[in-house]
Amino acid sequence: MLELQNICYQTDDKVILKDINLNINDHFVAVTGPNGSGKSTLAKLIAGIIKPTEGKIILDGEDITELSITERANKGISYAFQQPVRFKGLTVKDLMFLAAGKGTKLSEIRGIISEVGLNATDYLNRSLDGSLSGGELKRIEIAMIFARSSKLSLFDEPEAGIDLWSFQKLIHVFEKMVQQTKGNIVIISHQERILDIADKIIYLKDGQIEKYDSKENILPELLNSVTNNNGGE
Amino acid sequence: MDEIQKKMLYQVAELDSLPVGAYNIRANGKAAARNSTANIEIIPKNDKSGIDIKIKDNTKNESVHIPVIISETGLKELVYNDFFIGENCDVIIIAGCGIHNCGSADSAHDGIHTFFVGKNSKVRYFEKHYGEGEGRGKRLMNPTTVVHLDEGAQMKMETSQISGIDDTLRSTKADLAANSKLEINESVMTTGVQNAVSEFNAELNGENCSCNIVSRTVARDNSTQHFTSRLNGNSSCSGHSECDSIIMDHASVLATPELLANSTEASLIHEAAIGKIAGEQLIKLMTLGLTEQQAEEQIISGFLK
Repeated sequence: MLELQNICYQTDDKVILKDINLNINDHFVAVTGPNGSGKSTLAKLIAGIIKPTEGKIILDGEDITELSITERANKGISYAFQQPVRFKGLTVKDLMFLAAGKGTKLSEIRGIISEVGLNATDYLNRSLDGSLSGGELKRIEIAMIFARSSKLSLFDEPEAGIDLWSFQKLIHVFEKMVQQTKGNIVIISHQERILDIADKIIYLKDGQIEKYDSKENILPELLNSVTNNNGGE
Repeated sequence: MDEIQKKMLYQVAELDSLPVGAYNIRANGKAAARNSTANIEIIPKNDKSGIDIKIKDNTKNESVHIPVIISETGLKELVYNDFFIGENCDVIIIAGCGIHNCGSADSAHDGIHTFFVGKNSKVRYFEKHYGEGEGRGKRLMNPTTVVHLDEGAQMKMETSQISGIDDTLRSTKADLAANSKLEINESVMTTGVQNAVSEFNAELNGENCSCNIVSRTVARDNSTQHFTSRLNGNSSCSGHSECDSIIMDHASVLATPELLANSTEASLIHEAAIGKIAGEQLIKLMTLGLTEQQAEEQIISGFLK
């Protein structure tokens, strides 16, 4: 489905990702690892927000390395930001329709907003600005990805910036998404409960893949060795 | 009315037929249609160009449309419209001006709207300015709005000038009595070498009166904008003004908010922000499948909504 071949990414003074080779075919793959290990960079490379210094990105057999963000989005890649973007004036409804497509019925949009635990009537006409809390923005960010129902959905630490109580609800959202979504899901997370619903786990460390295996093989070992990994990159 | 005038009428007042209620449609300097109702009387002025709009006490859920259309190149007019709104009313007033200029002479509409809003009345006022036409002649508009709010009166103004006006001086003056409330939302976009100046001046005189001014503007190409707002807090009152601008290309934007407190009980706040479209906003919309240009248009149209 998604293949990364010899991906390297470096800035002027720092190597962030080193020779990454990956084949992602499973329905739900979690990426974890210490802060600064390159997880968010990996997601941005797949979404096209940054371009690799070396290597190729292949989606369903097609080389998409040189494609723009827009072209990749139209080929079926969705990306949920770790820090959702605020827009003055654009409403939840505006963004949901941009995500789902103009032909979508309002009732479907309302349904998706309810799925992420928000009351559609209260939120549809709210502006995505400073009047919404971090947790509310995060849910809407996730709702936008649901609405796109893409071939590949990337989530960059959906738990970041959400309080524990909201996070419990979010887990149910993801559990439901795993059951309902046909496309592949790649999620960057530090949370055991998210890793626990993954088919496979990628463990990144110092810009390299240290482990990539089924949840059953990798999670117990990780839980023993990895501690204090909360926070973003 | 010809097709151009009908199109302009739709642009400024969303009218494709005569509206319900009171109206005065002015086209090329003359009254094209007028209607008074039992509660709202429209009377042409004798001494100068314009109309008096008299709204009886306790008039509720009624509307007045007073659009102005200019399609004749070179026409310049100065119009005085005075609104006398009684007590305990709840009305909607829809104004607006459209200029279509396909000639080489400048066309101009200077409208001076004065509102006397009676005790405990509520007014919602919409004003949209629009220009078009391929001619070399400029499309000029200088709207002046003067608002006198009596005790407990409320006025909510939504004004917009999104395209086609070459030069504009928008002036809004208000005085507020006790417990009155004024809310103004302004949207302006300038392109090409257009220039827009917007001035607000509010005297917060009465106890517990409040004024909130929000101006959102987009300056593109080589256009220039200047926003000034002056809130004078003369009593126990609250005032807030916000000027938020997106600057693009080679445009220039000047924001000069001013506050004057003449009472220790006055609570006044101003905010002014000027900046380009945030890169992460463009990226977010591009991840939803929009091109960079489409993303930019979405952000601007949302911002000016």
